[in-house]
Amino acid sequence: MEGSVGYDNDLNLRATELRLGLPGTEPVSIVRSNKRSLQQVADDDCGVNGCRSDDQNETAPPPPKAQIVGWPPIRSYRKNNIQTKKNESEGGGIYVKVSMDGAPYLRKIDLKIYSGYPELLQAIENMFKFTIGEYSEREGYKGSDYAPTYEDKDGDWMLVGDVPWEMFITSCKRLRIMKGSEARGLGCGV
Amino acid sequence: MQKEMAYSFPDEVLKHVFSFIQSDKDRNAVSLVCKSWYEIERWCRRKVFIGNCYAVSPRMVIRRFPEVRSIELKGKPHFADFNLVPDGWGGYVLQWIAEMAGAYPWLGEIRLKRMVVTDESLELIAKSFKNFKVLVLFSCEGFSTDGLAAIAASCKNLRELDLRESEVDDLSGHWLAQFPETCTSLVSLNISCLGSDEVSFSALERLVDRCPNLRSLQLNRAVTLDKIANILRRAPQLVDFGTGNYAAELQPDVFSNLAGAFSSCKELKSLSGFWDVVPAYLPALYSICPRLTSLNLSYATIQSPDLIKLVSHCPRLQRLLVLDYVEDSGLEELASSCKDLQELRVFPSDPFGVEPNVSLTEQGLVAVSLGCPKLQSVLYFCRRMSNAALVTIAQNCPNLTRFRLCIIEPKTPDYLTLDPLDAGFGAIVEHCKDLRRLSLSGLLTDHVFEYIGTYGKKLEMLSVAFAGDSDLGLHHVLSGCESLRKLEIRDCPFGDKALLANAAKLETMRSLWMSSCAVSFGACKLLGQKMPKLNVEVIDETEPPDSRPESYPVDKLYIYRSVAGPRFDMPPFVWSMDEAVKILH
Repeated sequence: MEGSVGYDNDLNLRATELRLGLPGTEPVSIVRSNKRSLQQVADDDCGVNGCRSDDQNETAPPPPKAQIVGWPPIRSYRKNNIQTKKNESEGGGIYVKVSMDGAPYLRKIDLKIYSGYPELLQAIENMFKFTIGEYSEREGYKGSDYAPTYEDKDGDWMLVGDVPWEMFITSCKRLRIMKGSEARGLGCGV
Repeated sequence: MQKEMAYSFPDEVLKHVFSFIQSDKDRNAVSLVCKSWYEIERWCRRKVFIGNCYAVSPRMVIRRFPEVRSIELKGKPHFADFNLVPDGWGGYVLQWIAEMAGAYPWLGEIRLKRMVVTDESLELIAKSFKNFKVLVLFSCEGFSTDGLAAIAASCKNLRELDLRESEVDDLSGHWLAQFPETCTSLVSLNISCLGSDEVSFSALERLVDRCPNLRSLQLNRAVTLDKIANILRRAPQLVDFGTGNYAAELQPDVFSNLAGAFSSCKELKSLSGFWDVVPAYLPALYSICPRLTSLNLSYATIQSPDLIKLVSHCPRLQRLLVLDYVEDSGLEELASSCKDLQELRVFPSDPFGVEPNVSLTEQGLVAVSLGCPKLQSVLYFCRRMSNAALVTIAQNCPNLTRFRLCIIEPKTPDYLTLDPLDAGFGAIVEHCKDLRRLSLSGLLTDHVFEYIGTYGKKLEMLSVAFAGDSDLGLHHVLSGCESLRKLEIRDCPFGDKALLANAAKLETMRSLWMSSCAVSFGACKLLGQKMPKLNVEVIDETEPPDSRPESYPVDKLYIYRSVAGPRFDMPPFVWSMDEAVKILH
């Protein structure tokens, strides 16, 4: 029978090796690979007396622990759920929504990838194609109609840049680029 | 004289009597009594259950049972859940829907498990069945929210829409808005599998508002905690509720609103969902905990102390699903608080980690077995086990009907003695005389199969991995387990001998799955030749099995009994060992 699946020449060669290892002594398959590499023993009694252990492996260093397909037997949606949680706890990313007054839709950015305010503001400027202006502690952002603000843990809207960076990324819930008079109000003489 | 007896009851009377017979088994028995009973019964059978969609063809079902109103179909083998069945294997429902559309205009219920359901299938359902009431898609895939929109829009009297554990292409949340304003009949809605960021929440709220009979509602992860109160206040009659994500910053007004909403649900007995749990919000549940019989916390990554606190408020708990964060200490608390417990499932929080990340061992399960005499169903993932513990569990819980133990590292021996766990599992099958389902793990020799064959007389489903020494093991099971219906085996040294010696047994079973074992291609061909009532299918994604010598083991093998002959929808990597198919090719 001819199948329409393409066959890899490599696998054909390996298949003629005829080595069948004890289940579990070798990683018998690779996660997410469509092609399983089967290694088989040249053993006439294979299938009748069972498989003999692979002597070759006893002296070799133990292979790195490879994931066996379908083991442990957990559904993928459970695995995904656990993975997500792990990423979050290992600090996988602090994603916050970024809105800009007048823009039709929001964006999302990962605060963790920036090392400080200049980088963050540069990225936002590029994202929404505008300029923010220069920050000063006293007067906020001068030189443009826009002011970058954020909502903090207490639900208050703050000007970006006032607190140290580390404090900012842990307390920022979302970002909003304010425009016009609202922006000016925030910048002036707090 | 005898002839008169046969006609003494008019058909209508028999029909009426038969209408009280609901179970499939009994109906099948009735149909075997005599020809006239067979005829009457087949005309009044309303519900059909088909455990393997390839065991019979749609046409055959329709021919025998012309007045079906409810159908249940299962597709892929169970190991598909763990990615052992390649994509495209089969299990398509479209052909069934197409044929039933013509034959069963009054079909009201379709329940599918592990089948491929396309939007086209859903649209066909929506178009074809005027009285459609129940759609359950359990672990299905292949459809999108567009298909759901068709169902929502067309099915005027929809009662149940349950998508549990299915994979849905979530294109938009607006399908929910397709339920017409006139649809007030919903009793059960489970959308927990939907992944979208935005669920049309306002549409959901309005739907809940106008369905006074809604008893069961499972939201998806995208629904935030602050929205729960709104939903619950609109549906205080709920019996079964699944939250979305259960996380928010602790705010007193949100908390009290939530607690109040929960307490207004006087019928609420079952809870699930609980993604991303913030422990501080768990006390909001305390008012309903005394009534809870079922709690699914298997997504809740909360630690043992919080779990203990919650569980100690639920004395009526019958069913608990939880992550191994519960630890032995949590299970000990469970054992002392929840005397009605019937089902326990403990899932691993870090299945691929090499070192244990939590203090959950065999002790937890032993404690539960001691404290919960009604325990019937166990699914337990752990990293160590002992024969002594298993023997204790078996003696404490002779009423177990389902026992699935997964020791995470394959071939792990008894951690105390380093022996295989044969004796422990042997005790389980010996003491638990009603055991119907068993999953094995750990280091196991042929002996465990000897015990299973000897004692497992009621065993219907057996799952085996990385176990056994030789064909003798498989032979014990096939020759001893009288009630066996489903057998699934992976990575075991079972070969031709046991399989060929017990070929006839396979016709008494629904199916046999064997992957990474030692069954040769030649044996598969022989089975296919000798057993025309079996479909013997070899799965190999790398190359055709006949391009290698006959003594080569096949990669994966799926054998199932069928009256429909070999199937026509096999993908290129599945080969039928049926002689007829070979000739056609």
